[in-house]
Amino acid sequence: MLSVLIFLPLLVCCVLLVLPRGLPDRRCVQVWIATAAVELALVAYLWAAFDPGGGIQAEERVRWIPGAGVGYHVGVDGLSLPLVALTCLVFLAAAVYSLRETRRVRAYVCLFLFLQTVSVGLFVALDLILFFVFFDLSIVGMFFVIAGWGHGERARAAALTFFLYTFVGSLALLLGFIGLFLAATPHTFDIVDLTRENPLAGRGTYAGLVLLAIGVGLAVKTPTVPFHTWLPPAHSEAPAAGSAVLAGILLKMGAYGFVRIAMPLLPGSWRRYALVVVVVGAVSVVYGALVALAQTDLKRMVAYTSVNHMGYIVLAVGAAGTLAGSDAQARSLAVTGAVVQMVSHGLITGALFLLTGVLYARGRTYAIDAYAGVAAHAPRFAALTFAAAFASLGIPGFSGFIAEFQIFTGSLGQQTVATAVALTGILLTAALFLRALRSMLLGAPRLPEAASAGGFADLARHEAWSAGPLMAVALAIGVAPRWLLDVVEPAGRAVVGLVAR
Amino acid sequence: MSALPWLLVAVPLCSGALLTAAGRRANRLAPVLGPALAAATLVLAGAAAAVRPGAGAPLLAGVRAGLAVDGLSAVMVVTVASVMLCVLVFSATEFGPEEDLGRFHGLMLFFGGAMLLTVTATTLPLLLMAWEAMGASSWALIGYWWRQPARVRAADTAFLATRSADLGLYLAAGAALAGGAGGLELAQLPAAASPWVHVAAGGVAAAALGKSAQLPLSFWLSRAMQGPSPVSALLHSATMVAAGAYLLLRLHPLLAATSWAGPLVAWTGALTALLLGAVAVAQRDLKQLLAASTCAQIGYMVLAAGSGAVAGGVTQLVAHAAAKSALFLAAGAWLTALGTKQLPALRGAARRYRAVGTAFVVCALTLAGLPPLSLWAAKDEVLAGARAESAGLYAVGLAGAALAAAYSVKAVWYVTRPRPARGAERYDTEQRGTRHVGRSAPPPLAVLTAAAAVLGVLALPGPAAWLKRLVGSPAEPSPTAWELVLSGALAAAVAAAAWWWGNRPGALPAAPRWARDWLHLERAADALVVRPVLALARSLAAFDDRVVDGAVRAAARGGLAAARTARRVDDDGIDAAVRAVAAGTGRLGRWARRPQTGLLHQYYAQAAVGFAVLALIVLLAR
Repeated sequence: MLSVLIFLPLLVCCVLLVLPRGLPDRRCVQVWIATAAVELALVAYLWAAFDPGGGIQAEERVRWIPGAGVGYHVGVDGLSLPLVALTCLVFLAAAVYSLRETRRVRAYVCLFLFLQTVSVGLFVALDLILFFVFFDLSIVGMFFVIAGWGHGERARAAALTFFLYTFVGSLALLLGFIGLFLAATPHTFDIVDLTRENPLAGRGTYAGLVLLAIGVGLAVKTPTVPFHTWLPPAHSEAPAAGSAVLAGILLKMGAYGFVRIAMPLLPGSWRRYALVVVVVGAVSVVYGALVALAQTDLKRMVAYTSVNHMGYIVLAVGAAGTLAGSDAQARSLAVTGAVVQMVSHGLITGALFLLTGVLYARGRTYAIDAYAGVAAHAPRFAALTFAAAFASLGIPGFSGFIAEFQIFTGSLGQQTVATAVALTGILLTAALFLRALRSMLLGAPRLPEAASAGGFADLARHEAWSAGPLMAVALAIGVAPRWLLDVVEPAGRAVVGLVAR
Repeated sequence: MSALPWLLVAVPLCSGALLTAAGRRANRLAPVLGPALAAATLVLAGAAAAVRPGAGAPLLAGVRAGLAVDGLSAVMVVTVASVMLCVLVFSATEFGPEEDLGRFHGLMLFFGGAMLLTVTATTLPLLLMAWEAMGASSWALIGYWWRQPARVRAADTAFLATRSADLGLYLAAGAALAGGAGGLELAQLPAAASPWVHVAAGGVAAAALGKSAQLPLSFWLSRAMQGPSPVSALLHSATMVAAGAYLLLRLHPLLAATSWAGPLVAWTGALTALLLGAVAVAQRDLKQLLAASTCAQIGYMVLAAGSGAVAGGVTQLVAHAAAKSALFLAAGAWLTALGTKQLPALRGAARRYRAVGTAFVVCALTLAGLPPLSLWAAKDEVLAGARAESAGLYAVGLAGAALAAAYSVKAVWYVTRPRPARGAERYDTEQRGTRHVGRSAPPPLAVLTAAAAVLGVLALPGPAAWLKRLVGSPAEPSPTAWELVLSGALAAAVAAAAWWWGNRPGALPAAPRWARDWLHLERAADALVVRPVLALARSLAAFDDRVVDGAVRAAARGGLAAARTARRVDDDGIDAAVRAVAAGTGRLGRWARRPQTGLLHQYYAQAAVGFAVLALIVLLAR
């Protein structure tokens, strides 16, 4: 079942590649939409059959490279299932959004199908090398998306920066994985076995270095300050669907690595260096928000708010490693909040990036001061953008609040100062979104030259049906979060228990 | 009856959201549907107040979303729903047909629903959700005329100022959990362990004072006057600003659990009543006057909460809600009809539109604290509690009451002047007036005015005792006869003096700048917070580009430079050495070829030299 979920997009990708040349572009995207829809249906079935208290389910384990302790081991639990579902949803939205794509469509569709296989595979991987392979392939896929379908020459430079920077990060990750492998007896890369064995318990400096390598590798991908500077150019040069996938899914790979690998496999070091993690998280929150506040380019601004939002996750997982002065309820609230924040950020920022794509398609620029009064031309676009912005700044009713409230409430007791500092982040994001959207969407209408001839058309159907459902799910989580929390909470408690070993 | 509280909040919230989404498409329906839904909400509120239901649902791990209607909430839900109904009925004919009526009525209903949820929530997360939803919808309401940038900027200021205070509630939630109040129930908060109970109290106080536009954040209410007048009539009388006061009244036990929070809150309220009262006296714009007076009057509720006079605070809240709502509606009616809200231009406005004028005068005299109108007695209920705490609080509160009489009479004096002969020339300073008052305006004004006049009965001994039992605060002090006489006489004396002052010949002296400019609070916030943060943001952005990203680029350049060096080492070092070895070998080869000349005599000569050398070696080696 899981293997079908992982490899179906890759299979479709291969079929598309061997089909004859005459295939119309639109048909390719339709095939992609159909595939993404089937994937979403499969995930829905998986969710329905999922038993929240049942640990890892739908497990598949096949010998792959037994000599090196590497296996094909996949399964879902409460941490990975929401992210797999998010992946399928965001890819479906990206597919619908791309319905009018005209540039080398077949290659474009194939790349995204490949990326979906890679993303789903990463979230269900239970073997470190399998995880690493998907982690690296995601970089490769996204490199071609940015370089091939971005905005010109600068896109290729941004793609190269993105590739090299995150690739170096992934090498650090591999180093850490090898450190874990060598410490285990018998040598293995299997996450479940390593979690059970906890091979680095009491191994002081060695364990610290392994955590450093893994931590840096994940921090580059997440990204946290100071490893974040590849993100703004990658986003501002990528096509809208690529940005949505990059922000919505690829960033989660780093954050997910913390709860899937760093915390359960290295509990002792995690507790020991929790303060470092917390400080990095709090600095990312405030620094990301402040730098975002000073941006004049909408897409760069949203990219920096991603640094801010991912900072909350890092803060929470760090606080969950602080045992002093807290009870298990607070720590599991923090971890649950972190996982919900991953989902929430994927939905909301995914939608925001698709909407900035709509803006670019009309005005050919992301400059904030190039637009004014867009709401007069495009009321539905403005309404949806305001909804996404308010969701992103953590207004209740959307998923961001559910995530951030849990993170703050669960972290304050352990890390009071850092959490209090991070709280200012929600005020700063409010300021920056209101400031940017006020000047772009409200007031007297003024459009950039590229758009003033044709006007600013409101959301087309494929645009509304891509960003809209993402916001609808964010709303569903924000109003009635139990259906998600029932899945996440047991897994969050399990992680907290593993860290406290 | 656990469905009733859900229904009470869901009806306005859901219908409001739908109506907002429908926007202009609902223009014909909205003026009917809005009041109808508000009426349905009032019926539900009445039922909830009678039945006192409670309900809950699981929300987070170990934390429920609870809501219940107890005595205090019962008073609040009825007040909120009534004022909402009055304001929406008034608004039915207030806007022109070109306006987006669906959005207006929808947002008002949504806002009302959020306020109802605020006053019925029993757990912190649900309270905070409602609290922030209220903030967001108030942003949308203040910025209702979004094509005018100044109005949206005002909405942003109001939203950001209140949200900066809201952070206190997030802090309080974390502190409650850390302090052992795992369910995050409001009732558990006072029992949180020290030092967390102090954090929780501080956070709640900050959030409530900010929402209530108390010092030092009062400036946002001044900016909020950019919104439509009916918005002010709902938000800045019975809801929004009242929510802060409600929260402090509700969480009075938490304030009391610390030694400092109660006095801090009480003094903030008393000083706001005094200073914003002075600001109100100095205003020449009617809506600004009313806004400053709102801050000052809410100050009494805050003072009551800080000094434990819960019933007194509730009486003040209800009476003020009715009076201020009517005053804002009247100011809005004149603004629509005459196009101005400047007091000098409004001379004679009360005589021109009698129904509106009567309501305004009665409510303003209520606001002045003149006996026997409601705020006179309500204020004394509050001040009785304050006097039990400290004589200083009582004196400051009384001084604020004197200012209330002054500013209220100032407004009354202007609008009741005889109509000047060429008054119309001074109209239309803000917008083109319609020169008539909407058909649906007088009835709600009459209802609110009647309520404002008679709600003082809540301070009579019998009803007061009932109210004290209702809100669970039976041991509160009541004002003695001399206090009532003193405050009534003071109000009457100041009112008479203000009237006489207005009638003096000659121009009125200009008020001091600090009072006209709202104590320079907004400029202070701008200079102390906003501009430094923006400057920090800009310098961090430059730092990010030049230093952080610069370091990455430098690392990349370093990599390339290292590669070039390696290439040089490779080309000029290793490869050069290899080539040197090859060349040397070649040279050796050439040298080795040189003796091979093919000439026999040269070979003999070489052999001879060889033998000679060998012989020499043998000789020397021996």
